[in-house]
Amino acid sequence: MVQKIDDIIIQKTSRLMIPFMQLYSLYVLVHGHGSPGGGFQGGCVLAASFILMVFAFDIEFLKKKFSERNLLLFCCIGVFIYVGTGFLCILLGGKFLDYSFLSKILPCTPIMARYYGMAIIETGVQITVMAVMVSILLDLATVGNLE
Amino acid sequence: MRKISGILLTLIVGVLLVYGTFDLPKFADPKQPASIYLSPKYIEEIINETAVPNMVTAILADYRGYDTMFETAVIFTAGLAVMMLLRRDK
Repeated sequence: MVQKIDDIIIQKTSRLMIPFMQLYSLYVLVHGHGSPGGGFQGGCVLAASFILMVFAFDIEFLKKKFSERNLLLFCCIGVFIYVGTGFLCILLGGKFLDYSFLSKILPCTPIMARYYGMAIIETGVQITVMAVMVSILLDLATVGNLE
Repeated sequence: MRKISGILLTLIVGVLLVYGTFDLPKFADPKQPASIYLSPKYIEEIINETAVPNMVTAILADYRGYDTMFETAVIFTAGLAVMMLLRRDK
């Protein structure tokens, strides 16, 4: 079990850091096209911000934000976005995960449609990675008694 | 006896696998098949085909999108496995 600690230095520093970590994770996600980054890395940074929240405050603090049901839902939504994009490409007439056919519903050229298709699936990856890491942490810390 | 035969089998398979590596191209050999036509095609065409300046992202999410899809599925399965192992008595 995770014990509650009241260390004012850790808590104030975390309060300062957590918003910037979450913003930085979004930066890593959307800037993955031009620099090292992407869904996996951004998801890990986003999950690390929640894990820091658990360490600095209390595990009840995070359990209020993520219920058991919502965590599983987030895990599924990420994979669904990825696979759903693939099947959407089939419905629009292309091959599985051939993003250039997304230009039929996005207002852009087929080349830019590949650019935005990658952004969409990286978002799915980020959501899944974040939810799975938080879920594993909460499961291990509470030995499965999340609620 | 079974232990000895197991060790012998492992050794023979290991020697065969090491022998097989002698036919592989040398590490970072510029004349290996993958470097002759595949890498130059990606390096030259990615910016025209996908408009993504970062080659790694383009290969990971577009050309090898199927691979990344199952990587995500593996992470999802890992999370499900932990849930199923720890939340069983409810």
